[in-house]
Amino acid sequence: MSPTDIDYQIMWNRLIAVVEEQATTLIRTAFSTSVREAGDLSAGLFDRQGRMMAQAVTGTPGHVNAMAESVGHFAAEIGPQNTFEGDVYLTNDPWLGTGHLHDITVVTPVFRQGTHIGYFACTAHVVDIGGRGFGPDAGEVYEEGLLIPITKFAERGQVSPLLIQMIRANVRTPDQTVGDLYSLAACNEAGDRRLQAMMDEFSIADLAGLADYIIEASRRATHAAIAKVPDGQYANTMDVDGYDAPVHMAVALAVSGDRISADFTGTSGMSAFGVNVPEVYTRAYACYALKCAIAPEVPNNAGSLAPFEISAPEGCILAAKRPAPVSVRHVLGHLVPDVVLGALHHALPGVVPAEGASALWNIQIAARASDPASGLPAREILMFNSGGTGARPKVDGLSATAFPSGVSTMSVEATEHVGPIIVWRKDLREGSGGAGAQRGGLGQVIEIEAREGYDFWFNAMFDRVEHPARGREGGAPGAPGRVELADGTKLRSKGRQKVRNGERLRLSLPGGGGYGPPVQRDRDAVRRDLEAGKITATEAREIYDLKD
Amino acid sequence: MTKQDIRVGVDIGGTFTDVALDHPGGLATTKVLTNYANPEQAILDGIAQACAAAQVSPERIGQVIHGTTLVTNALIERRGAKTAFITTEGFRDVIEMRSENRFEQYDLNLELPAPLVPRQHRLTAHERMSPQGDVLLPLEEADVARLVDLVIAGGYEAVAIGFMHAYANDAHEVRLARALRAAAPDLSVSISSVVSPQMRELPRFNTVIANAYVQPQVADYLGRLVTRLRDTGITAPVFMLHSGGGLMSVETAAEQPVRLLESGPAGGAIFAAELARGHGLDKVLSFDMGGTTAKICLIEDGQPKTANSFEVARTYRFKKGSGMTVSTPVVEMVEIGAGGGSIASIDAMGRIQVGPRSAGSEPGPACYRRGGENPTVTDANLMLGRLDPENFAGGAIPLDPALSESAVADKLAAFEATDAAFGITEMVDENMANAARVHTVENGRDIEHFTMVGFGGGAPLHACRLCEKLGITALLIPPGAGVGSAIGFLKAPFSYEATRGFFQRLSQFDPEAINTTLAELEDEARSFVAQGSEGQETEIRLTAFMRYAGQGWEIPVPLPHGSFSPADAALFRDRFEAAYRGLFGRIIEGLEAEITNWSLVVQTRLPAPRPVPKPEGESAAPVTRQRRIYDAAQRDFVEAAEIARDALRPGMCAVGPAVITERETTTIVTSAYRAIAQCDGSLLLIRKGAPA
Repeated sequence: MSPTDIDYQIMWNRLIAVVEEQATTLIRTAFSTSVREAGDLSAGLFDRQGRMMAQAVTGTPGHVNAMAESVGHFAAEIGPQNTFEGDVYLTNDPWLGTGHLHDITVVTPVFRQGTHIGYFACTAHVVDIGGRGFGPDAGEVYEEGLLIPITKFAERGQVSPLLIQMIRANVRTPDQTVGDLYSLAACNEAGDRRLQAMMDEFSIADLAGLADYIIEASRRATHAAIAKVPDGQYANTMDVDGYDAPVHMAVALAVSGDRISADFTGTSGMSAFGVNVPEVYTRAYACYALKCAIAPEVPNNAGSLAPFEISAPEGCILAAKRPAPVSVRHVLGHLVPDVVLGALHHALPGVVPAEGASALWNIQIAARASDPASGLPAREILMFNSGGTGARPKVDGLSATAFPSGVSTMSVEATEHVGPIIVWRKDLREGSGGAGAQRGGLGQVIEIEAREGYDFWFNAMFDRVEHPARGREGGAPGAPGRVELADGTKLRSKGRQKVRNGERLRLSLPGGGGYGPPVQRDRDAVRRDLEAGKITATEAREIYDLKD
Repeated sequence: MTKQDIRVGVDIGGTFTDVALDHPGGLATTKVLTNYANPEQAILDGIAQACAAAQVSPERIGQVIHGTTLVTNALIERRGAKTAFITTEGFRDVIEMRSENRFEQYDLNLELPAPLVPRQHRLTAHERMSPQGDVLLPLEEADVARLVDLVIAGGYEAVAIGFMHAYANDAHEVRLARALRAAAPDLSVSISSVVSPQMRELPRFNTVIANAYVQPQVADYLGRLVTRLRDTGITAPVFMLHSGGGLMSVETAAEQPVRLLESGPAGGAIFAAELARGHGLDKVLSFDMGGTTAKICLIEDGQPKTANSFEVARTYRFKKGSGMTVSTPVVEMVEIGAGGGSIASIDAMGRIQVGPRSAGSEPGPACYRRGGENPTVTDANLMLGRLDPENFAGGAIPLDPALSESAVADKLAAFEATDAAFGITEMVDENMANAARVHTVENGRDIEHFTMVGFGGGAPLHACRLCEKLGITALLIPPGAGVGSAIGFLKAPFSYEATRGFFQRLSQFDPEAINTTLAELEDEARSFVAQGSEGQETEIRLTAFMRYAGQGWEIPVPLPHGSFSPADAALFRDRFEAAYRGLFGRIIEGLEAEITNWSLVVQTRLPAPRPVPKPEGESAAPVTRQRRIYDAAQRDFVEAAEIARDALRPGMCAVGPAVITERETTTIVTSAYRAIAQCDGSLLLIRKGAPA
């Protein structure tokens, strides 16, 4: 009996559960903080042609179609004649994977009754990959760590000892990095077991019919959603801080019938530092933004992603060429949705939010003994922190919340157990939300001091200090970020800096932009904000024009 | 006969208040509508009915055991006290900033749940503890006085105090609480170091705030309940079932109402656990399906799985992250939006989606004739012949299949009627099966080795198909499944779980400090358990929450209870590795392990349940009539034998496809299974070919 539409729908539903289970397993076993806390991973199933059928929804829109494209590269590189049951492949090539060396993509071919029918793939951010470590300071990708080309991690079930030795010898945390590789391979295996059980239940021998059904239904739904966007050309530009020099981002959207494209011609050239973005990562964030606004309910797969055609001219900072350094490509990557949504606003007024803080304010702290002779151990601490999101047409922005990234913050109490620091303050930054009929989300203020006997270094990689999030439709910009000591001494918003014992680092994270004129804000909402201390009395009177 | 022989369990749910009266003559159960204005009235009515049915006079009741969803409802509906929250300066907004993420990635208009205490009612104290519990900033008397003044001037009914690292040193919280109580004796004061002394500020603050927020209301209600029971001659002590599945005194419950949040569902899990013990089953998956949600719980060796935190009051389609995480001991359940009232619709891809939106009981499924226009799971079951339109709820609610058909034709127009109905039930079964599978995988278990226990109105209709999907061989449908939680209350031990955040790296293993901490936890737990269980034998369960240094998740590691010596660091390591391997299939060599939180449970030892004997011999069950039902695996209508459950005697066997009917529910036996009536009135469904 051949499967009916209902069968395909049930199998589709099951596949989404399978890939979610894959992702959950990885999150629980991974060593990398960003996988665990930030969901910096992805997992998915592909058909034999490398078309993505299902993908787990994780904290990383950056992987949305990056991983999807990656599997095609594997299929081409390995070739059908070399694809065997029990094989596992991997790479961390930023241009073939998900944009930087820390992300390792593992692909496992799926066999059924001896026939190759598809692939499972997953990606995770590992703790360390050698080189200079996670930071923007390299001049070329070669300095950023070990690059593993598309390679067999295992052939016919035999793990390559040479590869393991090579990796162990080149990273600072061999147990954890190699442990994560096994985790990735095991999560594909778990997916394979579930898939085989499902195929038994439905008596199907291959994935072709199911893949066609999923991809066709998704493509149709996506095209139908795009067709509702008015035809036309819509452009936008946005300037952001960048690393060594401000970055100009330009995008042109073209909508025609059920097709939409985004092109980044006019964007600044590459940086000498590791903030460059491989095009695959730009495509992912641009696609994420468009999908959120146009077809949020369609699950990610080859059919729902293909209709978004995204390109950036090679050599611009959003389509960096080898061997550019790309380690912290996420900073500019996180800002891509703001510029794309700004263009889409011209086509779909009343749908997209104002600009937000967008780029995460990750703080990487290296605590070191003030007196090296004291013997106090060195400690590394990583914190994820978010500013405010842009106000939406009908609702306020979200305060201290990540967008477009999906990361979570960590408990301060847990962080203080990890390393010798005291976080004196981590609360909302009053008055930082851009004023508007809908107010931008508030940023936050964080104050950190080293415990007795320690100084600390931190790696500043903060944007929206010189270029705050802009409001929309008459909304005011959010407050720009600030980096300083608690006594008011200004610090640089980029680069490695030292905070001595007794000094306190203060980070004031940017707020989101407002939407619509502040004077049109609901009076009760203004009063509530004032009572809650989210805006000042002066702001209420002068910007919101509150009379009483 | 002692008074203790007559006990009554009372469960207040969203719709019904269930009463189970255990008396020498057996078990009398009754259901009355929940009375929202005066919940205790429904209890009195229910007890009166049950007593009348059992011919027992209420004065002879020796123990009242109570559980309720009222606490959860107060949180969901935001009907709590005017509450102030006092926290460490610099951390005023922890409960508003939450985890700084979005629980739904693709919704540009996502709204996060508002904190229970708005910002203007969150005050800060100039004080700070270190992670080790050293005072970094002393709390000055002047600051205490300032805060007391602010609270009094603010006219608050309740105050929650949550300071940073208070689990490591409670001195500042205790001092401020004392000052507040001295200045305002009527004020309800909750402190985090008592309510939830665990590391991680967000769940701890949430927990203490939730406690303060509901405390005046719950204390008031429990006071009224005890008085009114007494007025009707019931002078027996009242005990409450807490979320962790044990009993506690009504006084403790009035102080720590946050421990009552999941008391109803916990009763269901105990009900299933008791059944598992009686039937000698060591691995059980309990499956409780009602009108709006389904709940799944793992029970191993007669003990429901517990956790030390959970999420309440989810605001967004039951989605993980959309509620409020509280850290208090709880029977761990997975809850999904799947029930008889779950509404079916078609999404943008032309797919049938079921739930989490529910038609509830008003208007209810289309077939209820109350104006419901959306097709629901119940409508689909009716169209597939699984429900008898004449005999739903004993005939109390006549169902109209024509309304189901027109709702399906209207909302699922692309599908032929039977395909649509099949698609609806199959999709909801699939959603529940996926949730169950993921939950067992997360716990490192293979679901195939479990026996399912199905209860709640919807489970008997769906459980057999679920077992087919999950590869489960045996399914038990107990009698009295409609009031399972209330019956479960009667089987619960007295227990108290004391928890503490106390950080230890195994390389700096300090047995003395550990022993001191554990002795404190044991004293605390024993003092609570003693209220009501004098003289009963107790047992202790110790769990350390451990991880590799640098990981963010702890896993529960069961440990023997006793006094530890320096050599026991190796024991901790071994037990941790065993637990880690059990969950993840491997360990990681060369990495250090650490302990973050501790939990110590003191509970009274349960009497061994009377083993349920296997029925002797098999005979055919009497068939009422033949009926056509749709069999999902066969993908067609089949002729099924209809059997009345109350006509079954132990050993009688119904070979699927069969329909076993009773007043409250209907059990579907699919073509792949057969059902055997058990000596305790349960139905055991076994996959054909498997030994009974």
